[in-house]
Amino acid sequence: MSDAREAVMARIREALGRTPEEDARARERVAAWPREAPPGRIPARGQLEPEARIELFTSMATRVQTDVERVTGAGAIPAAVGRYLRRHNLPQKLVMAPDPVLDEAGWASQPLLRIGRGTASDDDAVGLTLAVAGIAETGTVLLASSPDRPTLLAYLPETCIIVLPTDRIVGAYEQALALYREDASGLPRSLNFITGPSRTGDIAQKLELGAHGPKRLLVVLVDPESTAGQPA
Amino acid sequence: MRPAPSAAAPDRPRVALFVTCLVDLFRPSIGFAAIRLLEAAGCTVEVPKAQTCCGQPAFNSGDRATAEAIARQVLDTFEPYDYVVAPSGSCAGMLRRHLPELFDTDPVARERASVLAERCHELLGFLVDIRGLKEVASHFAGTVTYHDSCSGLRELGVKAQPRQLLLGVPGVDLVEMREPEVCCGFGGTFCVKYPEISTRMVSDKTADIAATGADTLAAGDLGCLMNMAGRLQRQGSKVRAYHVAEILAGPGAGTATLPGIGERRR
Amino acid sequence: MQPTSLAFEAKAHAALDNPALQSALGSIKTGWQAGRSRAAEALPEFEALRDRGRDIKNHTLQHLDLYLEMFETKLAAAGGQLHFARDAAEARATVLDLCRTAEARAVTKSKSMVAEEIGINEHLEANGIERIETDLGEYIIQLRKEPPSHLVGPAVHLTKDQVSDLFAEHHGGPRIEDPAALVAEARRVLREKYFQADIGITGANFLVAETGTIVTVTNEGNAELTQGLPRTHIVITSLEKLVPTIDDAFTLLRLLARSATGQEFSAYTTLVTGPKRPADLDGPDRLHVVLVDNGRTKMLGTALQEMLRCIRCGACMNHCPVYLAAGGHAYGWVYVGPMGSVLTPQFAGIEETHTLPNASTFCGRCEAVCPVRIPLPKLMRHWREVQFEKGLTPPTARYGLRAWGFVATRPALYRAVTRAAAAVLGLLGRGTGRFRHLPLAGGWTQSRDLPAPSGTTFMAAWAKQAGRPSEPK
Repeated sequence: MSDAREAVMARIREALGRTPEEDARARERVAAWPREAPPGRIPARGQLEPEARIELFTSMATRVQTDVERVTGAGAIPAAVGRYLRRHNLPQKLVMAPDPVLDEAGWASQPLLRIGRGTASDDDAVGLTLAVAGIAETGTVLLASSPDRPTLLAYLPETCIIVLPTDRIVGAYEQALALYREDASGLPRSLNFITGPSRTGDIAQKLELGAHGPKRLLVVLVDPESTAGQPA
Repeated sequence: MRPAPSAAAPDRPRVALFVTCLVDLFRPSIGFAAIRLLEAAGCTVEVPKAQTCCGQPAFNSGDRATAEAIARQVLDTFEPYDYVVAPSGSCAGMLRRHLPELFDTDPVARERASVLAERCHELLGFLVDIRGLKEVASHFAGTVTYHDSCSGLRELGVKAQPRQLLLGVPGVDLVEMREPEVCCGFGGTFCVKYPEISTRMVSDKTADIAATGADTLAAGDLGCLMNMAGRLQRQGSKVRAYHVAEILAGPGAGTATLPGIGERRR
Repeated sequence: MQPTSLAFEAKAHAALDNPALQSALGSIKTGWQAGRSRAAEALPEFEALRDRGRDIKNHTLQHLDLYLEMFETKLAAAGGQLHFARDAAEARATVLDLCRTAEARAVTKSKSMVAEEIGINEHLEANGIERIETDLGEYIIQLRKEPPSHLVGPAVHLTKDQVSDLFAEHHGGPRIEDPAALVAEARRVLREKYFQADIGITGANFLVAETGTIVTVTNEGNAELTQGLPRTHIVITSLEKLVPTIDDAFTLLRLLARSATGQEFSAYTTLVTGPKRPADLDGPDRLHVVLVDNGRTKMLGTALQEMLRCIRCGACMNHCPVYLAAGGHAYGWVYVGPMGSVLTPQFAGIEETHTLPNASTFCGRCEAVCPVRIPLPKLMRHWREVQFEKGLTPPTARYGLRAWGFVATRPALYRAVTRAAAAVLGLLGRGTGRFRHLPLAGGWTQSRDLPAPSGTTFMAAWAKQAGRPSEPK
């Protein structure tokens, strides 16, 4: 315990000036706080039926220059990626999260596509990873770091492709975070909420894309092939 | 001895006019216009003789002691009335929003101030919201643009009320500025503390006024009006400036009998 | 950083005469101001969220000791280290120590106002550590050796042409005019730096007590590269960034971008909980959080406590007519605009900064747009009171106020004085109805006419009519 810590804590306690009884009540208030959030805090706009939620996600994401492609079944992902790279005149080469879900998508259908697995390095022009959730209220995708899903894939390459199963689209941020609330292992090291490609207005307040992170962001929405078979 | 104010919302309330120092000194016609409007709204108007200033210049300059001394004078003078009404959002804001905070160390005076503050109103807000005035007997020939003075707008919510009454005046054509809610740069002592910034702000305002094509500027605060009229006149503009009460209380505004602010008397 | 706030008026004068600066400031109105208004209108819950945002911050500040302990425990459990710093000097020493321990030669930094506040930039350079700002705006002002002029857009005072000149001078090569090409060039130059850095320094927008999480928000993605590439990540932040829960952070995040730039959400919101985990393929090995007090605990329990709610969105300055005329550099220290006029006296002393709380008309737009409803005019007035109590108010103003108070508490005297003034000024101004010059009123009449009184006061005219309202003669 450093002197600085003790000094700062002492100053705070002195300023707050609670008596021992007040202190006990303060601890109760702190313990109760997470349960006492008033309603109305979550915007109504995202609280929709699934299909309307997907549509809201798409329109909000498109508004912030995210490209959105919707396909059916994980098997359709490779073709969608290949098309996108060709459309933007990009080399058929990417680095992909070493995630079993992506591995199983059947990349043999794109024989020209060279695929590296792991995290991104400075040489990688295209990164591909998988989202844990989509948030309709602002067209945001949520990535969670894990050994299978390195973080830099979404930041270093100039083009970032994120796969998002449509059944993972929720209305609000809090609903996406609920995934972790009951999880004993707590939060992943890095949770990345991504709303559009990298941008800056620092030169004369003019919007430019690709300041440090990706210039292009493609979200591939994947619908389940049938209600019985879920992609992720 | 202070007579107690009558019970809430009587049919014909006793209203004390808080003249404000600027109106008292520079433009009495605003005080008379306010009285005519209050009477038209069914009030008995009195002008307490012991009134002076609301204390805002001292309050905003950090001189709490002076502000508090003046506030005690305000309490003693205005407590007997059902309502206190000022033809100024700035002074009314001082009375309604800030009077009680001047008595942090005097709970008795603070309570008195809180009770009084509740009964203090800006003229236009009072006429429309409290008295339900829908229209006035006036006429005025001109294209009017209305500037929202900051305190009235943001401390008291005066925005729609003056426009509603102005629109009911035959002959008034109301046009909006691009930014009617932006400060004119007066700010009490600000305009002499930072004259260059103030000049820039009032010049932006007069440009906005000119762009509307209006021939008349109306507002609810004489301080802002003197600032804007003074700048318009220095720039050689022909736009005439009136307190909104002067236009609403007519006849007179816009004629030879009531010159605009800063115009020569005939 | 030594404040130069006493030169506010002179700097504002220069700013008003600088067409490039005025053009740059003008774009704030059409950009961020209009954007905030659109974003607020597009979210029906916006006003309720502002109330909630205020309540979250108030609750946290009232229980700051408890949340701090909670954050400390959770951060440690996640593998991060917390370092307290009482003041700027201690914070600088702590950061330098961490740099030395890591044997760092170069650091990358993403935008942190607390880092500016403690003066870490000069300190690192003075100790032989190369520092590169990665936020494009911060990078631009680093090249220009200037402080930021805005919370969110540190280089908002510059035009594109000035950036073109700057890049040509520093990067070599031909002068580029296209903004997209300028951004691409900065990207190329800074990309190398990310890989050379031994340490990445970021700020934090929020610290979450329940999980020990650090929340950063950027549009460029520079915070993620700054913290994701080097082996050590240092967060320089301050006490009031704490919030109880992740959900609380998201309530405030819903307000932040909308208030700042009018975006629904910033491009990148990142929640970091601890350093790299065993099987992770990327992320820093070490995570240090330097938590700076620097006078904040002195604000607790005082009128200024409300200022600790501030989430650094910049809405107050974007809507301040004084800021939009004078520009950020006139304020003479790290924090600018209305929030700076409240914070700077606290950090740098009212003696050196009393010009700032006076640089306001109290028009109230700052308070009207503040996402956490900080009563900024009230807090500026608080500093004016401190200024007055300390005798820093100019003598003419002091005696003038006292004289006014003497007269205004004596109604008979007041009547006599105002009657005399009205009569004299009325007579003098009779010809034109206004004054072009008037002794002692130079501040007013140098740019505007002063309407002349009519010759009689309202009170006198009213008394003459024995209380009958009619047209005054």
